[in-house]
Amino acid sequence: MKYVLRQLGLYLLAAWVSVTLNFVLPRTMPGDPVTALVGKMRGRLDPQAIEALKATFGFTKGPLIQQYWQYLSHVMRGDFGLSLSAYPVKVTTIISTALGWTLLLGLVVIVLSFVIGTALGVLVGWKRGGLLDSILPGFLSFVGSFPYFFLAMLALFGLGFELKWFPMAHAYSDALSPSMSWAFVGSVLYHLVLPAGTVILVSVGGWLIGMRSTMVGVLAEDYVTMAEAKGLSERRVMYRYAARNAILPNMTQFGMSIGFVFGGQILTEIVFSYPGLGFYLVRAVNAHDYPLMQALFLMITLAILVANFIMDLLYVRLDPRVRAS
Amino acid sequence: MADTEYATGARFFRALLRQKKAATGAVILLFFLALALLAPLAFPGDPTRFVARQNQAPSARHLLGTNGQGQDVLAQLALGARTSLFVGFSVGFLITLLGLAIGMTAGYLGGLADGLLNTFTNVFLIIPALPLLITLASFLPPGATTVALVLTATSWAWPARVFRAQTLSLREKDFVAAALASGEGSRRIIFAEILPNMLSLVVSSFFGNVVYAIGADVGLAFLGFEDLNKVSWGTMLYWSQNNSALLTGSWWTFVPPGLCVALVAFAMTMLIYAIDEITNPRLRSEKEIAGVLKKLGLGQRRSTPVLPYGNER
Repeated sequence: MKYVLRQLGLYLLAAWVSVTLNFVLPRTMPGDPVTALVGKMRGRLDPQAIEALKATFGFTKGPLIQQYWQYLSHVMRGDFGLSLSAYPVKVTTIISTALGWTLLLGLVVIVLSFVIGTALGVLVGWKRGGLLDSILPGFLSFVGSFPYFFLAMLALFGLGFELKWFPMAHAYSDALSPSMSWAFVGSVLYHLVLPAGTVILVSVGGWLIGMRSTMVGVLAEDYVTMAEAKGLSERRVMYRYAARNAILPNMTQFGMSIGFVFGGQILTEIVFSYPGLGFYLVRAVNAHDYPLMQALFLMITLAILVANFIMDLLYVRLDPRVRAS
Repeated sequence: MADTEYATGARFFRALLRQKKAATGAVILLFFLALALLAPLAFPGDPTRFVARQNQAPSARHLLGTNGQGQDVLAQLALGARTSLFVGFSVGFLITLLGLAIGMTAGYLGGLADGLLNTFTNVFLIIPALPLLITLASFLPPGATTVALVLTATSWAWPARVFRAQTLSLREKDFVAAALASGEGSRRIIFAEILPNMLSLVVSSFFGNVVYAIGADVGLAFLGFEDLNKVSWGTMLYWSQNNSALLTGSWWTFVPPGLCVALVAFAMTMLIYAIDEITNPRLRSEKEIAGVLKKLGLGQRRSTPVLPYGNER
């Protein structure tokens, strides 16, 4: 319980830091970004919108502390104003559609790479020095040294452009509209293969190597020798005795990896024009759409913090030692 | 002190050179360093000048073809190595330095200072780096200094945490207690007693940070957040994507820079593994035992082997 509370405090602090950074950063720019923006929009904004924009940013006449307070209350209410590049669409509308795609891609990637990497790590650690062990870790750590988006470009070029096996962009076929039909779901999965596959390929090596080294440690334990001496079947020793104990240290990295995987995902979304949060974040930056950009930054950061916290809770469930302390 | 024997000076590096992994890594790395140093001699002139028709496939005249703007890809690759490696190494150095300063201060001082610094580190550790990087880079004026500052500011936390843990455990060792008892000052204890004993950790962390910095720099450039007139591996990938190299099939404009980034990262990773193997006796003995077992015809074993008398190591 104490552990959970301490972690919760840490996440709240991190959330506050991100929210505050979001407030401070625009103010480090020379001049007032709202005015600068209005200049860029060349009179396409009506005065009412400008006032609303200033209010969302907290760029009012009052002292800084009052501005900060105003900004916080807007954030608390989930009011991020209107997007400038897609004026007058609400920022929250854009985010809510993008969030779904990002969650889909992110969950598929994280779960699959963890499961595949860990399972391979168990095998490789068990048959140490075998054929698989001499090929896989080296190969995957070489693949892992590619920049995420570069592998995505290669896959897009080879499997999408040259062989035409997979679609080259978007989350579902342009001919379909979102519905709960088989055709649509199939199209979504079909479009998911390349973006998810490339990120999985890059990130699976880390899990494999982590799992292999903890397996090596666990296999030297007396209870594994004992289990073998008892004449238990190989499968039983491998899964019930060794892998089960070796998986815990690998789990601790799970939370940390969410942020990293997401970083790779942002770039992958760009390459595949996958309409997730990362895709919109970069588009918003390039279009100087500050309201959208700020909201996206907060959204992504908070999503990762929440994901990390859920992982911590899960970890407490799995490791009795954490619960006891 | 398992690693003191190697951690100090020449023996550490001699052991490093004997390693196969280290040799592979070192050869690749030296190749790229030489490429970066010799590039201006081999490819004189402006790499962004127009040399031939756009998107020409590799030929004898232009070994890696031309890109979407009719520039020579090979010349850009060689000269781009200078920018990318320079950013990578200098930012890697800055990250390691900042991590050392914060981590060692926290670990050595302990108490309230440690509590505050550790919380600070943890907060930065859980705020995801890339969105923060993108947001920071978009607010600050584009340029090499911005990139260096932003990359350092967003990634010092992990090394700081590692160094703090190591300092904490070294601080409890007898030789530090002896140094304290003999009246040595804090500065000497930190720099002459603790730091040399974590040299291998610092070196492998430095390599890791360089890999990270090169990758993040390339990623930022690819997204267009850097000075796009400057030739680097990242901007090459940016222009390749922006000139629709994927749709025109000009693979030679994006495969070489990406492959170079991967090779450098791979070389560094090999060096890190080698350092790990040298300084972690457990990993080393694993190899030796495997050799002995093979000789005895015992094959692979899962659990600790019981060796016949007279063959113990």
